Amino acid sequence: MTASLRASIEAPPVTGRRRSRRTWLVTVLLCLASVAMLYPLLWMLASSFKPADQIFGTASFWPQQWIIDHYADGWNSFGFTFGRYFVNSFIVAAGAIVGNLLSCSLAAYAFARIDFKFKKFWLAVMLMTIMLPYHVVVLPQYIMFQEFGWLNTFFPLVVPKFLATDAFFVFLMVQFIRGLPRSLDEAARIDGCNRLQIFLRIILPLIRPALATTAIFTFIWTWNDFFTPLIYLTDPAMYTVPLGLNAFLDSTGESAWGSLFAMAVLSLGPVLGFFIVAQKYLVRGIATTGLK
Amino acid sequence: MSTTEYAIRPPETVTGEASAKRRRRSENRAGYLFLAPWLIGLVVITLGPMIASLYLSFTEYSLIREPVWVGLQNYIELFTENRRFLNTIRVTAIYVAVGVPLQLMFALALALVLDRGVRGLSVFRAIFYLPSLLGGSVAVALLWRQVFGRDGLFNAVLGIFGIEGQSWIGSPDTALWTLILLLVWQFGSPMVIFLAGLRQIPTELYEAAEVDGAGRVRKFVSITLPLLSPIIFFNIVLQMIGAFQAFTSAYVVSGGTGGPNDSTLFYTLYLYQEGFQFLRMGSASAMAWILLVVIGAVTAVNFIASRYWVFYNDR
Repeated sequence: MTASLRASIEAPPVTGRRRSRRTWLVTVLLCLASVAMLYPLLWMLASSFKPADQIFGTASFWPQQWIIDHYADGWNSFGFTFGRYFVNSFIVAAGAIVGNLLSCSLAAYAFARIDFKFKKFWLAVMLMTIMLPYHVVVLPQYIMFQEFGWLNTFFPLVVPKFLATDAFFVFLMVQFIRGLPRSLDEAARIDGCNRLQIFLRIILPLIRPALATTAIFTFIWTWNDFFTPLIYLTDPAMYTVPLGLNAFLDSTGESAWGSLFAMAVLSLGPVLGFFIVAQKYLVRGIATTGLK
Repeated sequence: MSTTEYAIRPPETVTGEASAKRRRRSENRAGYLFLAPWLIGLVVITLGPMIASLYLSFTEYSLIREPVWVGLQNYIELFTENRRFLNTIRVTAIYVAVGVPLQLMFALALALVLDRGVRGLSVFRAIFYLPSLLGGSVAVALLWRQVFGRDGLFNAVLGIFGIEGQSWIGSPDTALWTLILLLVWQFGSPMVIFLAGLRQIPTELYEAAEVDGAGRVRKFVSITLPLLSPIIFFNIVLQMIGAFQAFTSAYVVSGGTGGPNDSTLFYTLYLYQEGFQFLRMGSASAMAWILLVVIGAVTAVNFIASRYWVFYNDR
């Protein structure tokens, strides 16, 4: 580990005992910081199992008595259960993932491996669209999708993904493909592969880590996205989870914190699951491109 | 790879120039075929709407009747008559100018501590990163609303120390600061980028400095900071662009109003209200273009300033 090596170099020549005491102190401070950062989340989790009168005005953590009523109440609080919103969210997320994987990898292959006319120009345009605020295009997009009769459908949330509008992922994959040796392409070409075959059989399998990063971030962004569904989905039957939560908050005011917390906890579940399973890809993704 | 050896075809015997031309044409065709989905998206989803919103920004349009050309009126009204607009600029500017530097300072400090080689690095990295993943969700915004409410968790903690708190969300003086805190809380993602950057710094430099008798502060100022400056710059640009567009936290915490007293009326929240609640599409489009210009200008200033403080090792 280079880090530990460097730490030992940076540290002044002190006796082993003093050094280990300082490391110990740093570890304790980091633990305290971790608890402080996660406390609101853990407290929400614990509160979702508390009777309502134990949630307010107390910082205490452990429920005096455990109940799961909030989960049942929250789940069935509307005409539609939260299950409906979860299904909707999963449909949108799945569509977005498939769209991004397909369209972004196609574009990335062209940018990384094919020498077509005006490539530099298009590459510059692609990089600029990464910086473009969504709000500059959202109003005309809304008008357009409304003309198509796409309000209260998932099309406005999914179709753009099939057209590689998340240029960040194109960039990520371009960088990844550029890192692969061109001799692989050449060898495949000599073996008689055409471009599409090279793309499908050589490139795609080799950029699996980039594809995984793309899929995971697409899932998390789509799952958390609030603005786009807020605009396009007004029919409660089509609500995604964030819209459902927001509507729940609006309808109960602040009288049902227990059930709100219960549903909030459930809504964070899938993101948390992805985080635990795919941490490696997440960290690599952020480290190489600055994705959030 | 041994199979390729006898699979090599004889070189194509067409005259050189013609074959090169044909090859180039096929490259062009293949390139644009692979690029087709992105190109369609660029025209239909991005550039078209961009131009359309520029046009709309010079019109009055409420979705019901045809747009009416009004010239610069939307822009003039926003800057001269619209108090909420001037306020939203102030609120957003405070959020970006205070929140982003604070967030990045935390990120850098923690990255430096973790890079010194603590036990359980990956666990701490994961814990500190987690809020960045969850922070943009409605669930966390909703939690924030409870935590900083009158009977919320924060006041309960203060109560332990005998301090009686107010409703931090409900007061115009403090509501924005709870949102800034929410932004700072998500320092994990720039921290991970800093950590990756710190790993790139060659240890020989520190060894050489050590030999020359440099202390810890000196090493940080003369080695770490300059070599990390491209990453710092990258994080500043990225986080600023993100913070300008913050929406969900303000919407949920204020119930969509931007209150109390417009104190959390983020730019994008007001844009949403103009466009989708008051159906003033022309004025909202003008706001969108102002945002684009401001973000572009801020990014450009960052880039120009970076020439004076960012150090690239390859020069």
